[in-house]
Amino acid sequence: MKKDIILAGVGGQGILSIATIIGFAVVKTDLYLKQAEMHGMSQRGGAVESHLRISDKEIHSDLVPHGRSDMIISLEPMESLRYFPYLKHEGWLITNITPFVNIPNYPEMEHLLKEIKGHKNSIAIDGDAIAKEIGSPRSMNMVMLGASAPFLEIPFEMLEDGIRAVFGRKGEDIVKKNLDALNRGRDFAEKHIKK
Amino acid sequence: MDKLLLLGDEALAQGALDAGISGAYGYPGTPSTEIFEYVQHSKEAAQRNVHRTWSANEKTAMEEALGMSYTGKRALVTMKHVGLNVAADPFVNSAITGANGGLIVAVADDPSMHSSQNEQDSRHYGRFALVPVFEPSNQQEAYNMTFDAFALSEKYETPVIMRLVTRLSHSRAGIVRTNQLKENKINLPANPNQFMLLPAFARINYKNLIEKQKFLEKESENSKYNVYHDGKDKSLGIITCGLGYNYVKENHVEAECEYPILKICQYPLPRKLITKIVDECDEILIVEDGMPVVEEWLRGYLDNCLKIKGRMDGTLPRYGELDPARLRTALDLEPYPIKEVPTIVKGRPPELCKGCPHRDTYYALNEAMKEYEPGHVFSDIGCYTLGFLPPFNAINSCVDMGASISMAVGAADSGLFPSIAVIGDSTFGHSGMTPLLDAVNSKSNIVAFILDNSIVAMTGMQDSAVTGRVEDICLGIGVDKEHLRVINPMKSHHEENVKIIKDEINYNGVSVIIPRRPCIHIVAKLRKQK
Ligand SMILES: Cc1ncc(C[n+]2csc(CCOP(=O)(O)OP(=O)(O)O)c2C)c(N)n1
Ligand code: SF4
Repeated sequence: MKKDIILAGVGGQGILSIATIIGFAVVKTDLYLKQAEMHGMSQRGGAVESHLRISDKEIHSDLVPHGRSDMIISLEPMESLRYFPYLKHEGWLITNITPFVNIPNYPEMEHLLKEIKGHKNSIAIDGDAIAKEIGSPRSMNMVMLGASAPFLEIPFEMLEDGIRAVFGRKGEDIVKKNLDALNRGRDFAEKHIKK
Repeated sequence: MDKLLLLGDEALAQGALDAGISGAYGYPGTPSTEIFEYVQHSKEAAQRNVHRTWSANEKTAMEEALGMSYTGKRALVTMKHVGLNVAADPFVNSAITGANGGLIVAVADDPSMHSSQNEQDSRHYGRFALVPVFEPSNQQEAYNMTFDAFALSEKYETPVIMRLVTRLSHSRAGIVRTNQLKENKINLPANPNQFMLLPAFARINYKNLIEKQKFLEKESENSKYNVYHDGKDKSLGIITCGLGYNYVKENHVEAECEYPILKICQYPLPRKLITKIVDECDEILIVEDGMPVVEEWLRGYLDNCLKIKGRMDGTLPRYGELDPARLRTALDLEPYPIKEVPTIVKGRPPELCKGCPHRDTYYALNEAMKEYEPGHVFSDIGCYTLGFLPPFNAINSCVDMGASISMAVGAADSGLFPSIAVIGDSTFGHSGMTPLLDAVNSKSNIVAFILDNSIVAMTGMQDSAVTGRVEDICLGIGVDKEHLRVINPMKSHHEENVKIIKDEINYNGVSVIIPRRPCIHIVAKLRKQK
């Protein structure tokens, strides 16, 4: 088993919680894990990425090599495309489609969707809308984690445990909403794959 | 034992705690900050009462750590690569005094300048000062090496550099704790002259330091971190430094590497091992993250050993961070097919947060400066450096911490009017006070803005050393009370602020304006404290 994942988004959208939850799940198993993240300057509304590598064999590089990523999980549509040079030809592109517009020259949405759909294996999901529906707009990142769950080869319950561990401090209600978000994301992706 | 999921920074910090440090000293700086913060938040450190308060800058941190080493206890000092420039004086001289208790200088380099002004390589400092360097290639090594580095430091009475790079500092992996040592007791140096660098003693110490080198080289030759992996195909030998090893291995997951590899993680360079691989192989590829330090040493000035390949002959990029895919051609492997970034993707630079106090300061400053040509505002390093970007375009320089005030002084001397400095509160505490003293002494015609947001925001919310004392410091330095103005950077105070700024620009002498409003990310915390 080997998964090389790029997490993408805009500073503040919550890619680090995704990494933390997957990390929490994996460290309890015999699998190896490396997770490289960016700190500092890039936190303020700029593009952020994290590299997450999971394998049953020893992992050498902290970075995913260009051209070798099995999956991009992106919290923002334009950001999903920025990391194309990492993605394998047959890798999965899983992205939220609500744009985060904080630059004057943000591209047209239809052009972005065309590029996203143009990739062989892609799942475009309105993570923000689903998070709002369940009354927890800030759980968009967990919707996106859920949407990638079918490809992760990590038992789903372990991701749920990860959410309980990471959000536990914030109270039962927050845990429940994030679990809900995770499930909704997974359901969407599963339906999409069957189609 | 359970695995702990730790950043490279944190693994080093856990190693230092387990190796029995009595104090951690440091000044924040990406990517080193998390080393110190790990000690700061550690329950064990609290129980043991390990010193763990941020220092005013890297120089004071280095000296404080040296003071602890003098007493025989183990000390860790942390900083980013450019911080070692600030600490260079005590660092280089600490090689001459040597250590008593174990002393580790943990420095995190930033190849590709993800959040720095340059990509200088701290291994240069190691060689320059004749100080051994450890360069972990993974998180577990960062943990393990800390024990060995302290032991080496005490055995040879020398400070030791632990060099990290961004990718290790900020990458997590599972690590296992192996040991827990007791802290040292106070035990002053056996030689009362050890720390007396009067020329007569310094000469003796320097001679000892030079003599130590052959023993340190022997340690490197026998080190478990410098390993020669033999290979069948001697047409190429690969020398890797630190993380470089991982990038070579990453390209050989399916099939073992056929070429011999010399993995180097401890310096001074292990001469015998280097000679062996150079003699055995037709060509040598050097893979190091950062500057071509080892490559330069091996090539020498005349560069007449034609068999070396690396960053200096274009085999690998001359600058910037390495990554595994970039090595493939150098290793005679097929490059991976790589998709291009679609052209519609636009850059998304970081920006000042919505509601940030620095925004209102820049709006007011820009309006007050409207009547002058651009090019008058010297700034510094911190969140406020983002005031360079649109829509502000408010500042014209960012060089090194503290340089805003000193450059404004020099420019005013040259006749530039107005000459404005913009500096953050933590940066002021770090290196802004002494240039302000120069300004007062030479009655410079400058306006210095000290942006007081009550915190070190850029590096992730550390306590600022000058909080609550900025006015007193300025008055103590000799700034005239009439021209020390505190303003509230808020939209509602805009007109008033513009007027104050204009008045101070027109005053011929040193003015200090302190825009004071907390960073929006700590407002809630401050409220709770009240
Ligand atoms: C010598 C040196 N040490 C550390 C750093 C890292 N660094 C950059 S800005 C900064 C502090 C900024 O704090 P402050 O001046 O209070 O401004 P703020 O970010 O809060 O606006 C630090 C520690 C550096 N660039 N150079
Ligand atoms: S972190 Fe604080 S100081 Fe930095 S840009 Fe945001 S609000 Fe401003």
